Amino acid sequence: MSKAYDVLVMGGGPAGLAAATKAAELGLRPLIIEARDRLGGVPLQCIHPGFGIHYFREDLTGPEFVHRFISKAEELGIPTLLNAHVLRAEYVSPARKVLEVITPEGTRVVEAPTLIYAVGARERNRYEIGIGGPNPAGVMTAGEAQTLMDIYGVLPGKRVLIVGSGDVGLIMARRFALEGAEVVGVVEILPYPSGLPRNVQQCLLDYGIPLYLRHAVVSIKEEGGRVSAAVVAEVGEDLRPLPGTEEVMGCDTVIIATGLVPRASTIKRMGAAIDSRTGGPYVNEWLETSLPGVFVAGNALIINDYVDYAVEQGELAAESARAYIEGGYSLPTAGEKRVRLGRNVRLAIPQYVSGLRDALFYGRVSFPEDSVILRIKGAPYKLPLIKAVPAVMFRARVRAEVLREVAEPVLEVVPRA
Amino acid sequence: MRRRVVVIGAGIVGVSVARWLTRFEGLEVVVVDKEPDVGWGVTKANTSIIHPCHEEDPDRWPVRARLCVRGHRLWYDWVRELDIPSRWPGEVIVARTEEELGRISKYVDVARRLGVPGVRFVDREELIEVEPAVNPDNVGGLLARTAGLISPMKAAIAIAENAAANGARFLLGARVRDIIVEGGAVRGVVTDRGVLEADVVVNAAGVWADEVAEMAGVRDYRIRPRRGQYAVFSDKVGPKPRLILHTAPTPKTKGVYAVTTVDGNLMVGPTAEDLPDDAREAREVTGEGIDFVLEQAAKILKSLPPRRRIIRTFAGIRPEPTGGDFIIRFHEEPWGFVEAAGIRSPGLTAAPAIGEEVARLVREALGGLVERDDWVAVREGIPHPATMARQERDALIRAVPEYGRIICACRKVSEGEVIEAVERARALGAGLTLDGIKFRVGAMYGDCQGSQCRAHIAYLIWRRYGVPPWELMLNREGSRYALAPIKALLRGGRDE
Repeated sequence: MSKAYDVLVMGGGPAGLAAATKAAELGLRPLIIEARDRLGGVPLQCIHPGFGIHYFREDLTGPEFVHRFISKAEELGIPTLLNAHVLRAEYVSPARKVLEVITPEGTRVVEAPTLIYAVGARERNRYEIGIGGPNPAGVMTAGEAQTLMDIYGVLPGKRVLIVGSGDVGLIMARRFALEGAEVVGVVEILPYPSGLPRNVQQCLLDYGIPLYLRHAVVSIKEEGGRVSAAVVAEVGEDLRPLPGTEEVMGCDTVIIATGLVPRASTIKRMGAAIDSRTGGPYVNEWLETSLPGVFVAGNALIINDYVDYAVEQGELAAESARAYIEGGYSLPTAGEKRVRLGRNVRLAIPQYVSGLRDALFYGRVSFPEDSVILRIKGAPYKLPLIKAVPAVMFRARVRAEVLREVAEPVLEVVPRA
Repeated sequence: MRRRVVVIGAGIVGVSVARWLTRFEGLEVVVVDKEPDVGWGVTKANTSIIHPCHEEDPDRWPVRARLCVRGHRLWYDWVRELDIPSRWPGEVIVARTEEELGRISKYVDVARRLGVPGVRFVDREELIEVEPAVNPDNVGGLLARTAGLISPMKAAIAIAENAAANGARFLLGARVRDIIVEGGAVRGVVTDRGVLEADVVVNAAGVWADEVAEMAGVRDYRIRPRRGQYAVFSDKVGPKPRLILHTAPTPKTKGVYAVTTVDGNLMVGPTAEDLPDDAREAREVTGEGIDFVLEQAAKILKSLPPRRRIIRTFAGIRPEPTGGDFIIRFHEEPWGFVEAAGIRSPGLTAAPAIGEEVARLVREALGGLVERDDWVAVREGIPHPATMARQERDALIRAVPEYGRIICACRKVSEGEVIEAVERARALGAGLTLDGIKFRVGAMYGDCQGSQCRAHIAYLIWRRYGVPPWELMLNREGSRYALAPIKALLRGGRDE
């Protein structure tokens, strides 16, 4: 493949599709590299609504949502490599990024001056959250269960315990209930649910599914090769199980829905610095990583609450790629300032700002707090947050001049005066 | 006249015995195991080390010591002939105190007596120099440069495939119910899949060896189950010690190890927990067990990755025989009953030599056995396009495009490899299981532990072999991956 590209887009999910379509609209020549046999990514398996409320102002299902982008990519004639796995990603120079891709047609080596990394996230597995016991069949992540149910038409279990009350866990609880399965409960280690309040209502309360807060699955029991029960215990302030509180809950399936981690290994091997709080690369307000001309968007950057945010990041990355190319393989710069995390901010992107363009901040608080404001210390910027909870990401657009004036920006959440 | 040997147990010992026995003309070799695949007992869960053998006191455990040394040497050839992944980094027993250093000095003497090369002390300075990952609080250690690491499951599979290529048959998923003894000699083995006549029966039944011996009327030893728990970290995090490191052995174990596996993961373990007699399949991981191995590993390594980077925990059961030494013998009463029992550590190291020893015993007893001239020593592994040179990879993909479809992103395993694993398992007579695929090609073995690829692999199997996910086993009988087609419950479970 000797065609010239301006931007290589790794990942054909929402962020990658948004990046590629926006890039094409801006006159760039993108190439999408997608590992699966079709475009769309994770929303293809999300048959529930809740997609596109911000972006399209419509309530769509996952497949409907991504279909709009897939159609657009087709209309724009964006070239795509499917079943394409990136074996090696190399940052050669500010002007050159090279990918070695394995495909059913053989090895392809493609290159471009810019790369948008949008490979999404993966789920934490049972071992990463410390669930011991034997290793029987019937323990799987929510995404795996969703793939089985809504891509392949397979029912993973009939008596199901869900671990984790984030949106994914809540939605899977309802999904199993709709199948006629018995959902014995949703177990959450924190004292409050991790998902959106509307999902707690619509997925659990409406179906009479019990929610066990301050509880954790400590072990699994096996019978005849399959899960027969989960051992659930209360946890203390330190989130460690309290001895003597163990209870055995019968089930044939344990669904792990305890959150996502950005898939950062390829970009890390490329040389990008990774933020241990977000799990994704450090970026500036252009969503450029520590490697010039390498941008990142979607859940590979930060775990987003809404697909709409992933799309927004993809489009921003495309705009940045164009600015980078137009700037002669350089973005306008005035020196990057590190954004420090202040009071009640657990994580946020971008980690660096130059003050030459408006910045979109996304982040999460550390603990729930009512009537607070998100602000940049010492700068004339405030965003009131009525109810700040870790489960709900904050998103704040801060104008360039505000950022330009602050010498050492600190992002913080403080009680309303 | 054809004669038949039935080997009970398809672990690393049983398959090694089978490989040796296939060298002889006129000998029919059948390996039986209750599990649907090879290597699913003791072989599956251990530290994966080819020991230098300097810890095997020849006065106390003469058989162990002798076969360890011989087995170690045989592995050099076997890993090459059979395409078994291995590394030979050497090992260090680290010592926290001068007193501990004194205690391990006896191994220098053992090494000298057994002829183990490359065993000597290293002081703190040299230790840090040869192993930057070591905890600098250690005062020094005992280096044994010949230690190696293999993948025990890939080894068992490779040996079994080679034995099968040389004519051995595998009867898997068949539990042995009895051994037929008539006129003072073994005559056959009763399994729940039929009776196998036999002139010689080899007991390589791992944790169940004493029960199998009892079927032949042999009751002079017991096997006690001892559990070992392990934790495996993501291949993305270190430290990854270059050498095999472990704490000073205790009477129960070789200490706790910290190793970088052949797949590139930091692995720590094991515990050594004596379990009750009826807990021979109790492969449970406990919070305390993992706490213990992490605590010990912290003494070995300069740092440990955070606990949340553990991608898998598992436990294995090791067979601890009465007396502590391997039990390898040909019985005159009943004649034809051969034992390779009590194969605890260093059983993996010794396995090829145990096979050789058993083959020698069988040959002496049967008499007149001639070595074949058409015996094939070589077996090739399943190709892994991700690590091939580009030209070679592209030639493979041109021939079989499925090798160009990566299905497991963590381990970069292609559909072609998965299909080849299924084909080879079938050819061996093994059940079609997800674990069987995992152990053959490493899919579902990476950071996500299959959450991103298992459903797609199950679908590939469904499409290609007609086995739907609700009939596909993770491993043992009953371990169904899924339970029904979608909507089954809404239809009253009719289509299950």
